[in-house]
Amino acid sequence: MVVSASGPNPPGTPRVKSLNCPGCGAAITLRSFSQAVTVVCDHCHSILDAQDPRLTIVQKFKAAVDEDRRLIPLGTRGTIRGTIYEVVGFQRRTIHVDGIPYSWHEYVLFNPYKGFRYLTEYNGHWNDTSILRSLPAVNDNVNPATVTYLGQTYRLFQTTKAGTSFVLGEFPWQVRVGEAADVSDYISPPRVISSERTGKEITWSMGEYVSGRDIWKAFGLEGNPPEAVGVYENQPSPLSADTTALWLAFVGFLVALVVMFIGFESFAHNEQVFEGFYSFDTKVRGEASFVTDVFQLKGHTSDLELTTTSDVNNNWIYLNYALINEDTGQAYDFRREVSYYHGYDSDGSWTEGSHTDSVAIPSVPPGNYYLRVEPESDFGHGTISYSITAKRDVPQASFFGLALLALLVPAGFITWRSMNFEHLRWAESDYAPASSGDSNGSDRPTTLGNIFGKGSNS
Amino acid sequence: MTQPTANCPNCGAKIVFRWSSSVQTVCEYCKSILVRTDIDLKKVGQVADLPPNSSPIQIGTEGVYNRQAFVAIGRIIYEYDQGTWNEWHLVMNNGSAWLSDAQDEYVVTFAAPGRNLPTADESQVGQRYTWDSESYTVATITKAHYRGVEGELPFQYWDKHDVVFVDLMSTNGKFATVDYSDETPVLYLGQSVEFDDLKFKNLRAFEGWS
Repeated sequence: MVVSASGPNPPGTPRVKSLNCPGCGAAITLRSFSQAVTVVCDHCHSILDAQDPRLTIVQKFKAAVDEDRRLIPLGTRGTIRGTIYEVVGFQRRTIHVDGIPYSWHEYVLFNPYKGFRYLTEYNGHWNDTSILRSLPAVNDNVNPATVTYLGQTYRLFQTTKAGTSFVLGEFPWQVRVGEAADVSDYISPPRVISSERTGKEITWSMGEYVSGRDIWKAFGLEGNPPEAVGVYENQPSPLSADTTALWLAFVGFLVALVVMFIGFESFAHNEQVFEGFYSFDTKVRGEASFVTDVFQLKGHTSDLELTTTSDVNNNWIYLNYALINEDTGQAYDFRREVSYYHGYDSDGSWTEGSHTDSVAIPSVPPGNYYLRVEPESDFGHGTISYSITAKRDVPQASFFGLALLALLVPAGFITWRSMNFEHLRWAESDYAPASSGDSNGSDRPTTLGNIFGKGSNS
Repeated sequence: MTQPTANCPNCGAKIVFRWSSSVQTVCEYCKSILVRTDIDLKKVGQVADLPPNSSPIQIGTEGVYNRQAFVAIGRIIYEYDQGTWNEWHLVMNNGSAWLSDAQDEYVVTFAAPGRNLPTADESQVGQRYTWDSESYTVATITKAHYRGVEGELPFQYWDKHDVVFVDLMSTNGKFATVDYSDETPVLYLGQSVEFDDLKFKNLRAFEGWS
């Protein structure tokens, strides 16, 4: 039987400890109470055994005091996923690719109830990382290899040897400068699962991509975060990475558009409101302009389609039109040309132009209208006959085409951008597509993963 | 229900048992390790100063696991190369469970007797074992050093030195530990748990963290 819990003598409240470095005497603060395994003296860069009350020196390393700028100073507190964490440690880790070192930074975060958590930063790209409490299932039978975790599949991005090159503050494991681990990153943006192997033991961690702006907000930092450079391995595509959804939406809109068009087609009046037959004698000099009879546009505001048909034969006629509202005097000016040429050459017969020309004048309100017409052509080419017809409320296939284009262009552009983004991402991978010309191109560090945990030997 | 009570055979202080099945306890005042016999309490040892430890859990911390309320009534403290960790003895309505807290990583396990277990020498990192149709992979082999006990335990546990633990994980968040403290290894099966899921009450306070 459990009896009620009225605690015995309280174990006391853990306090932040202030100690002195045995190497140089500088003050050492233990922010993670007794959870730190290693603490580093900021002043003389002695790495100290934090579990030893005398803080025995386990290693010393050389570094300029300000060698690495901490974007988030030690001791800063911020809120991550609703929990307050304090920055207690900082390290730089380095990989070498073709002899060139590439480095990134890891911040150790601590909460006395929730434990440790990590932030990593490379070129302005941040990851919020924690240790996994379940093993990912590895599948080596595919290339690149994958791991499955909580139903999600992650693809191997790259494997590197990551060394510790600078440390400061507290670490929940035995950190040493110069030690290296084999790190493999498996990605499923915005997440990355990393395995870190030291000796036989493997520690798994999961990072989630975070924007610098969110980090600045979480920790109340001043100024602006450094600009993110390039595309990072698990950076989510700023455009929907899932272009399938985009194209499904496109098909949906297309169907809606077709339905709308069919609707317009069947409900449009397509009503002829004017017809006139004229001839233009090109031998007559002087003003050829005239006005037509008045015609009425009834019903609602709609488009007016004006068609000019002419018997031009290796000739042209140019018409200056004005559609004038008799009641208001409002005029719509437009110019049209009808030309038709044909002939015969070494390639056979050819034609150019057409006997008809149509133009749609959008949004013409109802009222009484007439046309002012002024024909032009070359002098002395005989008489040109032409007719003018006007129809109101005509469905315009070109509007449909424009709407289609308006849908297609952004979808195509986003798809192109997205493919381009994925191309840039994978160009940095050990598994870059052969076409990238950078087949062995891991020229940047992995997402860290920091790893330790109960029993990881150092 | 009356709590079983007795007096410390060393200093005479009153000893109150929170759980009627406890076999061992530690006197809060003189830190004598006391074992229950049929008639009284016998002092078997003495707890030296415990190492500094900042587990947020303490004797009397309550919580809920799998909809069952528990209370922490004792612990064993071990030291290893990453500091110290605690095995908190939890009592639920029908028995004992263990809450391991290593640097605020929490695992709840229950003793699982009667399974076939490898010897300490046989286990290697990466090796797989199947218990109760769950496949476990050896993740770490820890050489630990016994550092002390506090409160009530369901067995005698005091005269220990170096102890080997083999920790195993599954791909479903399940966790297993083989404890080689005694001649016969003991298997514990359970799972990793999130701090928030245990709905703790009566935790320790930390200066500067309210």
